[in-house]
Amino acid sequence: MSLTHSNDIPAPVADDVGPNAPHGVHAVPKRVLMTVYGVLVLFTVITVAVSKVDLGQANIWAALFIAVIKGGLVAMYFMHLRWDSPFNGVILISALFFVSLFIGLALLDSHSYQPQMKPTPMATRAP
Amino acid sequence: MSLASTENSTHSHGHGARHDPHLAHHFDTPEQQFTSAKLGMWVFLGTEILMFGGLFCVYSIYRHNHPLVFKFAAEAYLSVPLGVLNTIILITSSLTMAWGVRAAQLNQKKLLMTCLVLTLLGAAGFLVVKSIEYTKKWDEHVWVGRWNKYNADNNASYRVAPPAQPTTRSAAVIAPPPVSAGTGVADANAGTDVSQIKPRYDYPLSQSIQAPQAKETTSEKDSAQDPDVRYRQLSDSDQWRVNTFFSCYFLMTGLHGIHVVVGMGLITWILMRSLRNDFSSEYFTPVDLVGLYWHLVDLIWIFLFPLLYLIH
Repeated sequence: MSLTHSNDIPAPVADDVGPNAPHGVHAVPKRVLMTVYGVLVLFTVITVAVSKVDLGQANIWAALFIAVIKGGLVAMYFMHLRWDSPFNGVILISALFFVSLFIGLALLDSHSYQPQMKPTPMATRAP
Repeated sequence: MSLASTENSTHSHGHGARHDPHLAHHFDTPEQQFTSAKLGMWVFLGTEILMFGGLFCVYSIYRHNHPLVFKFAAEAYLSVPLGVLNTIILITSSLTMAWGVRAAQLNQKKLLMTCLVLTLLGAAGFLVVKSIEYTKKWDEHVWVGRWNKYNADNNASYRVAPPAQPTTRSAAVIAPPPVSAGTGVADANAGTDVSQIKPRYDYPLSQSIQAPQAKETTSEKDSAQDPDVRYRQLSDSDQWRVNTFFSCYFLMTGLHGIHVVVGMGLITWILMRSLRNDFSSEYFTPVDLVGLYWHLVDLIWIFLFPLLYLIH
């Protein structure tokens, strides 16, 4: 009973790892690993299905939303962030923050000058 | 025996009674060493995200400015089933890697090796599928740079009707065959009828191009699927940007593929060390860190897949 039951505990318990393992180290229970895997596969199917439906502008946001959920699951459970020092998560989030700042500002800039751009005529283009 | 314990206590600077062979002298405890290593790995993964961020920025700008180009190129040349297959393969290999880390933490050494081998197989399978896709694009002439038929230097034949007899006006412009360098005339256009080349300042060209295609009734479905027919329906400025999609595609999946190859090397290294019985529940830091790297490779693919393959 206790042996089979140990995998059902969502939060890892201390005796899940060896007695000499460093403190604060957790082995992710099998059940959590399999559940996360199942959800990742399910969301892969969902994101393909959603892409077949015409949502206009919302398609890209739906795809990104699902990707963020999937990425969050990988980071939280496969990469242990849920049980880690929060500082590791802060590094991940700040990297994502600066990437989105970078992309956002670049998009604003490009968006403002794009209408004034004229493509070069092919015949007079330098080789 | 007593000598050994004395040495141990001096070596560990008296911080702990137990001497850990993996504990470097500048760390107080194995826990501190482990969390420091993990922190360093996360900083590295942060820089990886920033590096890919540059490519995602290029992608965002071109997709924002030329949405129809991305829709056309993805639908015409990218295979969603292969993309789904690779996503499932990578997610599965991520699962086996996470399971391997768990096995290392729990001292299950045979399970650790099994998981690492399975992860390696997943990585190899991913690369096999990727190479099938790359080969198909090579055969369809949609690689990068000059190997892309939509490249501006190559696509004169795509844009312009087959050159008829050059008019005197165009002959005057282009006919002198030995064009000296720097005259501003592209070699790819030599001999083409300049009067046929539509001026690139025409933005609303798409409507005029769409008209002749609608008349075809015999193979309407076939022509609707034909990439070249669909290409001609793009606006003049969009036609220039089709090869940019493939530059994005090959740069992003290529850099990701390099990470897969590096990950395979790292997993092989971990596998060799686990064969040497290096890891236990007391020391599994390299397994954990390589696992983090492999999960990041998976994480990036989770974003690449919908952005490149599922463009609506």
